[in-house]
Amino acid sequence: MLRYIVKRVALMIPMLFTVALLTFFLLRVIPGDIVEVKLRADGGNVSQEVIERERVRLGLDKPLVVQFGDWMKGIVTFDYGTSMWTGQPISREIGIRLGLSMQVAVMAAIVAVLIAVPLGTVSALFRDSWIDYLVRIVTIAGLAVPSFWLGMLIILGLLSLFNWSPPVTYTPFFTDPVANLSQLIWPALAVGYRYAAVVARMLRSSVLEALQEDYIRTARAKGVFERLVIVRHTLPNALLPAITVIGLEFAFLMGGLVVTEQVFNLNGIGRLFVEAVTRNDFTLIQTLVMMIAVMFAVVNLIVDLLYGVLDPRVTNQ
Amino acid sequence: MLNTLEIAGQVAARPSARSPLLSVEDLRVEFDTSRGLVRAVDGVSWNVYPGETMAIVGESGCGKSVSALAVMGLLAKPAGRVAGGRIMFGDRDLTKLSTSQLRELRGRDIAMVFQEPMTSLNPVLSIGTQLAEPLRIHLGMNAQEARERSIELLGLVGIADAARRLDQYPHQFSGGMRQRVMIAIALTCNPKLIIADEPTTALDVTIQAQVLELMKELSQKLGIALVIITHNLGIVARYADRLTVMYAGRVVEEGTAEQLFARPRHPYTLGLLRSVPRLDRPRAGLLETIDGLPPNLLAPPTGCRFAERCFLRAAVCEDDPPLFDLAEGQRSACHRHAKLEQALAARPAAPPLPEAAPSDGEAPLLSVRALRKDFHVPVGQGRQGLVRAVDDVSFDVPRGTTLGVVGESGCGKTTVGRMILRLTPQTSGEVLFEGTDIASASAEAMRKLRLRMQVVFQDPFSSLNPRMSIGDTLNEPQLVYRKVRNRREADENSAELLRRVGLVPEMASRYPHQLSGGQRQRVGIARALAMQPSFIVCDEPVSALDVSVQAQIMNLLTDLQNSLGMTFLFIAHDLAVVRHISQRIVVMYLGRVVETADCDDLYREPLHPYTQALLDAAPVPDPTIERRRAARVLKGEPPSPLNPPSGCTYHTRCPRATAECAGIVPPLREVRPGHFAACIKL
Repeated sequence: MLRYIVKRVALMIPMLFTVALLTFFLLRVIPGDIVEVKLRADGGNVSQEVIERERVRLGLDKPLVVQFGDWMKGIVTFDYGTSMWTGQPISREIGIRLGLSMQVAVMAAIVAVLIAVPLGTVSALFRDSWIDYLVRIVTIAGLAVPSFWLGMLIILGLLSLFNWSPPVTYTPFFTDPVANLSQLIWPALAVGYRYAAVVARMLRSSVLEALQEDYIRTARAKGVFERLVIVRHTLPNALLPAITVIGLEFAFLMGGLVVTEQVFNLNGIGRLFVEAVTRNDFTLIQTLVMMIAVMFAVVNLIVDLLYGVLDPRVTNQ
Repeated sequence: MLNTLEIAGQVAARPSARSPLLSVEDLRVEFDTSRGLVRAVDGVSWNVYPGETMAIVGESGCGKSVSALAVMGLLAKPAGRVAGGRIMFGDRDLTKLSTSQLRELRGRDIAMVFQEPMTSLNPVLSIGTQLAEPLRIHLGMNAQEARERSIELLGLVGIADAARRLDQYPHQFSGGMRQRVMIAIALTCNPKLIIADEPTTALDVTIQAQVLELMKELSQKLGIALVIITHNLGIVARYADRLTVMYAGRVVEEGTAEQLFARPRHPYTLGLLRSVPRLDRPRAGLLETIDGLPPNLLAPPTGCRFAERCFLRAAVCEDDPPLFDLAEGQRSACHRHAKLEQALAARPAAPPLPEAAPSDGEAPLLSVRALRKDFHVPVGQGRQGLVRAVDDVSFDVPRGTTLGVVGESGCGKTTVGRMILRLTPQTSGEVLFEGTDIASASAEAMRKLRLRMQVVFQDPFSSLNPRMSIGDTLNEPQLVYRKVRNRREADENSAELLRRVGLVPEMASRYPHQLSGGQRQRVGIARALAMQPSFIVCDEPVSALDVSVQAQIMNLLTDLQNSLGMTFLFIAHDLAVVRHISQRIVVMYLGRVVETADCDDLYREPLHPYTQALLDAAPVPDPTIERRRAARVLKGEPPSPLNPPSGCTYHTRCPRATAECAGIVPPLREVRPGHFAACIKL
């Protein structure tokens, strides 16, 4: 098992290196850099000399290969450098936001699984009945409705019903769990609905498929209670494909909540990302991309390990 | 004399003396399909008496499985339903029971064993969990008791090391072992009846014999009645007391095994018996076939449903035939049952096969020399294992003859065929086609060679592109290889090809899903013929087909060989089929050739112990022969090719093996003129 994990982690290195290479050079291909954004964006008349000086200060004058080498050196030593815009260490810029984004993603995943598993299963079991149609309408709506729009509806609803509006500052979970949860449950719901819809639809079809399997017929022929046929024989098999979707969506949520964070006034990774991009903050963008790539790789590894736990064929073949 | 008659009378009277355990009466089962209502079972009645083995025989789609699923209350819902009739189990009508009453009955009083052992066990639950379920549900055992009983049960079905194997998962068991587990599950609650739906169809012949012997022995020991649903008349002859033959949703004949095999009274039963090539008879000419196809049950014909394909057809067949009571309990649904023997005698005997004889001195069309194939397969945790799928295989195929390659699954026979066609590159060795080495042929030379060598695959359902019409499938190779100048010429050729394989040219506009299995296999053959090859590799071309259709395809191949001088490499697992069509045979075991000889020599006097075991295990459709011979079941299973035994790979299962055999890889040597075997004990 350990051997397998080590091997998988080792295989991540070339993948992450490729991501780093692509991100770094693609960013430099785009015309303009942070210095121009910073000093000339408002049309201000700044002399070329000042701009050059700023470039030298940020290291942008060095050859690209050297810049890339410096960055790689930093990554290996866990020193990601400073944001070109704020001058703050990048680890700090990300650190203060990562907890929040992670928490929203985890809560959205929990919401999604709690909704999707019963919904998807019931929909498959009562295929082509009114329950199934209802679930299918609800899940199609989940895919069609943008999360931020749902978020706006939630805020409007909360405002008119309870006169509650999202707080301006973020309360960490360990400072005040109640305040924290009451703040983050709404974005988690808004995002979780779409997430649940994706998973429920996946699960519906995999349950339908599993119900056709010969081993389900065997279970029934043994006289197993119908409830057990579903819970013990069908679901563990049907959940396997759904887990892949759950994992991929989760990794996406880490950096993909751009607009939803805006709506709920959350200072998360998504917003940081957008700001970094608009400012051409090369060092920050690079590091964020790398972080998300690592996140995808790790979540994928966890999904594969979970497969091993749920499906004995994977572990000891 | 009087004694024998008396005994015969008693035997025949036995069923009626006792009341049946299960009695299906005038059962009708309907399915809603997108194309309309299908009455899959239409007024079928059959009985099973306590302790007996009853076989339901018929080809695919005849309703045999559906009637069994109806008994279990396991019809696919909501499409399928019982539309009429009764299923009496003791004094209860199973069609009237509630779902929870039926559930209580299933697994406790009536158990079922299914066809596909590979998919019938839940892959994510341990064998122990799956075995314990009925014990806990029906008998209320606690976990400890259920475990102890499960260990007993696994021992009963011949699985060694039961305690450890309980914690394993289905993928750690071979197909034969999984079927043993299925039987153990069926036995858990000491049921009164076990229904086995094609229990050995997916298994190799030696494993099939093991599983059937086990079922027979256990059912006798425990007094369980057995219903075996099968298309294989051979296994029926040995194991069944009584037979029910079904055709197109109806029973056409029933009686004891002796009666039906010795004197079938329905032309369909007769046709089934005669269309299989037999190991116990000399090779005759073309196989007898049942012409045509079973009727479409969406719109079944009126009157006798078999009439359209029947050589005895007469005006009276327009009326629905009842089941006529004949002597001693035999019943037949044929108006003309009394005329059957007479008509049969009047039929001309099949002309003998013109034997394709290799002309002496001429170089063989194909020579295979020391062929070897190594596969690197993942063995988990990122490690790789070496499988020597084919090892040191050599043979010649003379022009205009058929070489049969026979062996159980995993013996490497298909890999040999693929290497000959260069669909799989060989690890070492030579394939010489008309003197040219295939391996070293350039891409251009290979293109030319491919015109000369073609292939017919096993599965006619997946080997035709579903999105291409039959005409396009046949035209494509002709156009790609510029056998024709334009599409019109290709169309003409394709029409001719279809006629050549016994189809109508109008088929060209159809798509594969609109064809039956036999028709698709004919298209597969036509596609191979389109290139006007001199050599065709037939990889299990008939194993997916029903017996009556199988005979048609075999006759087609024979006919093509005779008229076109075609050379075949015929790969199959069915010994009788291979014998029927081949002049020379190669027997393979675990990647090696263990014996090779001319067909008649090999079957008359098999030398290698493995060939002998294969022939022993192959069932013969004749109850008197089958019941006379002792169960000589080959022990054990083929070893894993990842970790093959040392020396002779067969020594682990061989009754004649001694310590010596583990040390020497036996070379193939000429024991008799032209008869080679790889065994040091000869």
